[in-house]
Amino acid sequence: MSIIVNHVSCVFGGDTNMPVNALKDINLVINEGEFIGLIGHTGSGKSTLVQHLNGLIKATEGAVYFNGEDISDKDFDKKKLRSKVGLVFQYPEHQLFEIDVFSDVCFGPKNLGLSKKETELRAYKALKQVGISDEYFYQSPFALSGGQKRRVAIAGVLAMEPEVLILDEPTAGLDPKGRDEILTMIKKLQTEMGITVILVSHSMEDVAQYVDRIVVMNQGEIMYDAEPKEVFSHYKELEAVELAAPAVTYIMEKCREAGFPVNVKATTVLEAKNEILRIFHK
Amino acid sequence: MEIIETKNLVFEYIRRDDEGNVEGFTKAVDNVNLEVKQGDFIAILGHNGSGKSTLAKHLNAVVMPTEGTVYVDGKDTQDKEALWDIRKTAGMVFQNPDNQIIGQIVEEDVGFGPENMGVPTQEIWERVEESLKAVGMYAYRKHSPNKLSGGQKQRVSIAGVLAMHPKCIVLDEPTAMLDPNGRKEVIRAVRALNQAEDITVILITHYMEEVIHADKVFVMDQGKVVMEGTPKKIFSQVERLKELRLDVPQVTLLAYELGKSGLNLPKGILTTEEFVEELQKAALRML
Repeated sequence: MSIIVNHVSCVFGGDTNMPVNALKDINLVINEGEFIGLIGHTGSGKSTLVQHLNGLIKATEGAVYFNGEDISDKDFDKKKLRSKVGLVFQYPEHQLFEIDVFSDVCFGPKNLGLSKKETELRAYKALKQVGISDEYFYQSPFALSGGQKRRVAIAGVLAMEPEVLILDEPTAGLDPKGRDEILTMIKKLQTEMGITVILVSHSMEDVAQYVDRIVVMNQGEIMYDAEPKEVFSHYKELEAVELAAPAVTYIMEKCREAGFPVNVKATTVLEAKNEILRIFHK
Repeated sequence: MEIIETKNLVFEYIRRDDEGNVEGFTKAVDNVNLEVKQGDFIAILGHNGSGKSTLAKHLNAVVMPTEGTVYVDGKDTQDKEALWDIRKTAGMVFQNPDNQIIGQIVEEDVGFGPENMGVPTQEIWERVEESLKAVGMYAYRKHSPNKLSGGQKQRVSIAGVLAMHPKCIVLDEPTAMLDPNGRKEVIRAVRALNQAEDITVILITHYMEEVIHADKVFVMDQGKVVMEGTPKKIFSQVERLKELRLDVPQVTLLAYELGKSGLNLPKGILTTEEFVEELQKAALRML
């Protein structure tokens, strides 16, 4: 299972006199089971790129291959693709609509044409995966807290049993504990169930903490595609494109400037702590 | 006199089931006493559902107290006669810039507030100009808001409030939807207004780094103010904040974690500069 993005370009308004090149010659391979962070400033093309991955937007040029098949082929089953590549939009709780939590999560699998039993089984499993306990199943989704609503919305996508889960800023507006809970849950889906995860995020700290690989977008192009340490070592270049490195990267840099012989590649608090303890021989 | 004062403020709402029967009462705000001085920079922290936003909505009379009183610049928010004055005194900025911008062009959007207040045309333009300059968006005055970045849009929203000449601005998670640079831009603009124009700022946020320069921090839980003090005092209590579903800035956390492993640094370090300085002192002590 893999997604290959091959020389994909996307032009909006190509037949007008103001065409916008949203994506320019994107090449990307997403391997099975990876946890990828997708970062970039507002308008850099992140959302346009992820919408190509499940066929919501058709590439102007180039092609997207899902398991070796071109998704723009006439014979390709788009409906199946959308169940395999689940997309969780920003503020997904705005899409909740059913009378109770359980029915809301059933909506997706029901529309796949599954039996009532299978639908309910999947909904139950998905709600368990996101950590919603039984007592909430028959409550209105609108009576839940912000973090819980978001879990239910994610469960709605999980119930489709996707192989790839794309989340567009799943932690926006949540309190710090809520952020950690959602991200830990997503990490668990990746490690325990082998789901490939693409996390679109504006929080460099979260990305540094959770993902294995970072793709940086700028003006419709891929600027970096590497592991977090490597990407964040270019913090000056990231700042030039309205991004940043995690706070600890700057702390380590300042420590080095002050004469401490630290390795500045730490991107998480734990790594920074171990590095400082190392030079203090603790 | 305080610019904002709440006395034993309680806000209660009735929970109903599907048939509309009363299930019970929830106190979203529970006996809150705030005193905010003109020119202060106040931050309010608290987990989702702790009552921050409900409290904020009391500060410009969007929501009325169930019990207690809210005074804005000495005026009771429940006094209908004073409503317009209160809304002019305390402006609000919300999370999503797209929900707050209505103009086709940046300068029209900023002029909307003063126009509704009946400000003479010439003065509206003067206010639009000074407000856009204050948030560093004057160069974009002829642009369409649609083409701006999130941080720029949010600064236009702030300019829209500024053009009404408020004494106080309440910002409810203004950076939640922004990229790192957008967050920086907005916080920089807000701090500049506070320092240069002496506008009182009440900032609600989930980003701990944004409150380190505040004069005072209030932490809410279950509708109550459970902690209050300087950022240093608040962020010294890492464990307590974690219990409240909150966090501390990464530099504070790093110093705290080093302390747990035997490398003692003072509590409540808030900036990188402070951290490096203390680390140097620690290195000297070990020589």
